[in-house]
Amino acid sequence: MLLMRTCKEVSLLVMQAQDLRLPWRERLALKLHMMACDACPRIVDQLALMRSASERWRRYSEEE
Amino acid sequence: MADFSAELERLRPQLLKYARLQLRNAAWAEDAVSDTLLAAIERPQTFAGQSQLKTWLIGILKHKLIDQIRRNSRELSTTREDDAPIEDELFDSSGHWREQPQDWGDPEHALRQVDFMRVLEACVEQLPGQQGRLFMMREWLELETDEICKELAISPTNLWVMLHRARLRLRECLQLNWFSGAQLAKESS
Repeated sequence: MLLMRTCKEVSLLVMQAQDLRLPWRERLALKLHMMACDACPRIVDQLALMRSASERWRRYSEEE
Repeated sequence: MADFSAELERLRPQLLKYARLQLRNAAWAEDAVSDTLLAAIERPQTFAGQSQLKTWLIGILKHKLIDQIRRNSRELSTTREDDAPIEDELFDSSGHWREQPQDWGDPEHALRQVDFMRVLEACVEQLPGQQGRLFMMREWLELETDEICKELAISPTNLWVMLHRARLRLRECLQLNWFSGAQLAKESS
């Protein structure tokens, strides 16, 4: 189906969504997958945590 | 001026650490740090106590690192480790997770801890060369993905394969070295 994505594809889309604005079709596909999948919402949380951690680490690198 | 030089000398190891993480090449990292310290000594007035010395130096270093990346872009290629498809270890042939991702709990809990930052740094250090470079360019130099493609002369497809792998690896490393340990500590308490 046009909007079906596997968890593997979704893991990439979630990362891309952190860095750029996804086309509407991909955003829709992502939403649909998240409604049906137990595992991938956790990846969203994990990647968000990783992004916050990288930010904090960067700031830490600039301070004494 | 003598004090200023001593301060630069004191901060040098820290600059070198980040330069190595970014370039993944000891000689280029030395060059970038030397260029940074020279620039600092030549124009100490631009510092003028405007912020912390380290903040100012890291700012200069970031520019010198981008210069090094440009100068050596042709030699910044993928390693055998970069090319190993880690995604195939994590997902089965139909694209499902082989192992369900765990709940990492309250992010603030991890983020508040200095030890967590050390684990993160160690995990970044363990990334294969090109993946580590790309991850640092995105998260530490804060370059946009299209800028990274331009600087390294790689395609967006190639960039995403590498960034995807970098983040999957980092996630595995954090799971193994932080979150499963924290889980055990919670259960035993």
